[in-house]
Amino acid sequence: MVTDTITMRAGRTQASGQFSTFFVADLFFGVDVLRVQEVLRFQHMTRVPQAPDVIEGLINLRGQIVTAIDMRRRLQLPPRAGDQTPMNMVVRTEDGAVSLLVDEIGDVLDVDASTYERPPENLGPAARDLIRGVYKLKDRLLLVLDAERTVDLATGRAT
Amino acid sequence: MQDEDVVREFLVESHENLSRLDQELVELEKHPKDAELLASIFRTIHTIKGTCGFLAFSTLERIAHQAETLLSQLRDGRRDLSPSLVSLILDTVDATRKVLGSIEASGEEGADRFEELTERLSAAAQFTAGGEVQPVPGLAPAPAIEHSDCNGAAEHAGDKPRESDPSKSSAVADANIRVGVGLLDKLMDLVGELVLTRNQILQFNTEREDAALNVTSQRLNLITTELQEGVMKTRMQPIGTVWNKLPRVVRDTAVALGKQIRLEMDGTETELDRTIIEAIKDPLVHLVRNSCDHGIEAPEVRVRMGKPPQGRLTLRAYHEGGQVNIEIGDDGAGIDVAQVKQKAIEKGLLRPEQAEKLTDREALNMVFQPGFSTAKTVTNVSGRGVGLDVVKSHIEKIGGIVDVFSRPREGTTVKLKIPLTLAIIPGLVISSGGERFVIPQVSLLELIRLEGDSGEKHIERVHGTPVYRRRGTLLPIAYLNQVLGLESAERADVVSMVVLQAEDRQFGLVVDGINDTQEIVVKPLSKQLKGLTVYAGATIMGDGRVALILDVLGIGQCSGVLAEFREQARNAIEQKAQSRIEQQRLLLFRAGSFERLAVPLSLVARLEEFPQSSIEHAGGCQVVQYRNRILPLIPLRDVLESAAHSQDRPADPVQVIVFNDGDRSVGLVVDQILDVAEEEVTVRQKTGRMGLLGSAVVGKRVADFLDLNQVIRAAAGDWFQTAAGSANGQRILVAEASAFSRGLIRSGLDMVGYRVLEAANLEGALRILEQHPVDIVVTAVDLPPDGSSALLAAMRRRAEWQRIPILALVDSAEQARARAGQTADFQDCQVKFDREAMLASVARLASSLATVETAPACVGEER
Repeated sequence: MVTDTITMRAGRTQASGQFSTFFVADLFFGVDVLRVQEVLRFQHMTRVPQAPDVIEGLINLRGQIVTAIDMRRRLQLPPRAGDQTPMNMVVRTEDGAVSLLVDEIGDVLDVDASTYERPPENLGPAARDLIRGVYKLKDRLLLVLDAERTVDLATGRAT
Repeated sequence: MQDEDVVREFLVESHENLSRLDQELVELEKHPKDAELLASIFRTIHTIKGTCGFLAFSTLERIAHQAETLLSQLRDGRRDLSPSLVSLILDTVDATRKVLGSIEASGEEGADRFEELTERLSAAAQFTAGGEVQPVPGLAPAPAIEHSDCNGAAEHAGDKPRESDPSKSSAVADANIRVGVGLLDKLMDLVGELVLTRNQILQFNTEREDAALNVTSQRLNLITTELQEGVMKTRMQPIGTVWNKLPRVVRDTAVALGKQIRLEMDGTETELDRTIIEAIKDPLVHLVRNSCDHGIEAPEVRVRMGKPPQGRLTLRAYHEGGQVNIEIGDDGAGIDVAQVKQKAIEKGLLRPEQAEKLTDREALNMVFQPGFSTAKTVTNVSGRGVGLDVVKSHIEKIGGIVDVFSRPREGTTVKLKIPLTLAIIPGLVISSGGERFVIPQVSLLELIRLEGDSGEKHIERVHGTPVYRRRGTLLPIAYLNQVLGLESAERADVVSMVVLQAEDRQFGLVVDGINDTQEIVVKPLSKQLKGLTVYAGATIMGDGRVALILDVLGIGQCSGVLAEFREQARNAIEQKAQSRIEQQRLLLFRAGSFERLAVPLSLVARLEEFPQSSIEHAGGCQVVQYRNRILPLIPLRDVLESAAHSQDRPADPVQVIVFNDGDRSVGLVVDQILDVAEEEVTVRQKTGRMGLLGSAVVGKRVADFLDLNQVIRAAAGDWFQTAAGSANGQRILVAEASAFSRGLIRSGLDMVGYRVLEAANLEGALRILEQHPVDIVVTAVDLPPDGSSALLAAMRRRAEWQRIPILALVDSAEQARARAGQTADFQDCQVKFDREAMLASVARLASSLATVETAPACVGEER
């Protein structure tokens, strides 16, 4: 912990303590469980030509049109292996529901607030703005994804 | 008609006010000291009184006035409120309602003068005047009696139909219920879902052979459509609901600016979807304010201009082709195009040379550019944050179009074209690059399928830009696959094209396949995709998949077809005269990469061949000795294609077109003379390219017209400058609708050394006359809008223009004879493309001008 103020701010935003977890490449992420609307298998996707490359396409979620963001590309990670179909994790944001395409869905985890830590300073630019913090679980690190920033494509685009 | 509207408005407003009065009076009884409530009641009565006075409903006015007197006494604390007093005022309200009912039914106040009530009211008022503070005992029972009396009176006056009874208005009220907007929106969403599900079922149905399912799905289809229409209707509101607040806006603005403005509204009942009503509210207010502020002049200015001191602001709304048109017009000063250009240059929105090329229409539309304001001063009325650019973007956001028309000194009209609804629209489903897209039907003009071996061959190219010849008009083309960066399925034998309309322009969009039309539910795109101008939204198709809705304007802009071909479409609109076909003999030839170039044969003196060896150099120019003179040669290819190819000139006898100009000549070196065509030149299209006037269809193929003047200047400007002194720079105004003809006339005059100003119509001509000194006017007899005699008349009215000689141009000698009567008033009349005769005539006029200038006394004889 670097300073007290940061700890407090971070502590306040992590109030729920329950996370829906998922994998993107070898990274283990968590989103506040209350934000997650639903989790879906890979859906038929309508491509959006001319759209930013992180946008995989549009899906029909029971009459609602939802934009799907590929998390690998969003985090500037190498693409998925050809045979691997991503999962849709639909999260609620200020601008409506957005689907995050992730490799695999994990469990819902209760985490101990005392294991929270700010992300390391030397995090790459693509991830720095999107990862809010880290929970040090017993066997691995759980990265807390900032959903609002993830869907705001203007964030973290510095290369 | 207008009065009826006003009365209707008054009735609606008064009914509302009266309902509120009922409530407020009852409330006042409970809290007699509530000053605010009292003030509100007073205001309401006052409003009714005021409007009645204005509309000359004297009975109502009298009653309201008396009630007002009573209320003012209450307000000033000169008397206390008593139940009897409240009853009295309530009776007044009832009486007012009765009269309103009568007005609604018959347009008149009815026979009942409510003398009894009037007496009681004045009695009550007098009592206070006499210092009586307590309610008079005699007054208390009076209401009851009066009430029945009053009813009796109404029945006596029953020769008017009973409809004038208050029960009628309440019947109207009972037939309506108030529903929360949220509920309606929810319903609309659900209907949207239902429409989608219906589409899915219909699709499912086509895949199966099941009679029962077939019948059921047909019924479902019908019911859904009806339900959809019904729910849509519930969300429809008359545009009057937005306009209602405009009289106030106009009034306040007028007062603040010291202007007199009359507001006229036409089509208040025109219905629009609620969401659209919401969306146009602010833009409308802004436009109206703008008209009041910048459009309509101050009364003294108007009087000086010979207009009535009271300005007129007209609002019109009407349905047209599935859209609603709203026009906001004023009879004010209009927009000064020159000033707009000036301002645009000052603000850095335009470069001066761009401004010169701008058509009036384009210039007018500059006012919608961000950062633009023609107002010399920012008043407190307009310039409150929203500019016209915001108005435009708001309207375009809902799929609407803004256009502005203006005539100097006559006024400005802003026209909004707005879709009826945003939620469910008919659309055409097309496929391209393996994806499906929807094009809103509103923008769709026609479908073209080019098949057979000629498929792709139908699409020609003008300097690399694909065009299609549609009924003799060149239609710019965009390829959807290219615009969206999709891989295209190569099938050159069949070309599917949709012809689209964006703003006032048309273009063809080539797609891979055209599927069918469908009712689609428009869903907005998420924030991440909002920046993409090529999409208007997305929808869910019958198979449950998502399809993107194309934004036609965005596609047009993205592909560049709209920007590039702006000129063409503008010309098409401005110059109705274009449809007039001109028969001309044209010389067709080839130079460099230009396969087909054309010049009017009338300009050509001779065609010559010179051996390479005879070409000499003089003064930096290639020349040959020709008929005992030096003929300068212009290698056309080098002029048109800026890259110099001067070394690889293979043709040995060089092909030269000789142009004569008075006693001077010039030779144009071309690659090959192709043909002489006698053609109806049907299509013109201006190009911005140096050395070319534009292109046209000649002999079923596109040819580029050479701008001879520009070419000669560019290539041998120096050589000519010494010689061009023959006409000493007199200014000639060429008024002719067709830009092409103007170009030809101009090139003739330019070459002789006149300074040429151009105008496309009467208005433009008058503007130029006003802004520049002009020595001679050359006008086409068919100058829009009403022919050249209008120009003549206008010029003869102004003292300083009376002396300017006018040369009329006709299309042919026959026409010259036919129009002999019309052209008699002109100084001269010539055939349009007889260049020599025209120049001779201009020279004659110019020389006579010199005489006139030295001896003004003979002006009278001159004419």
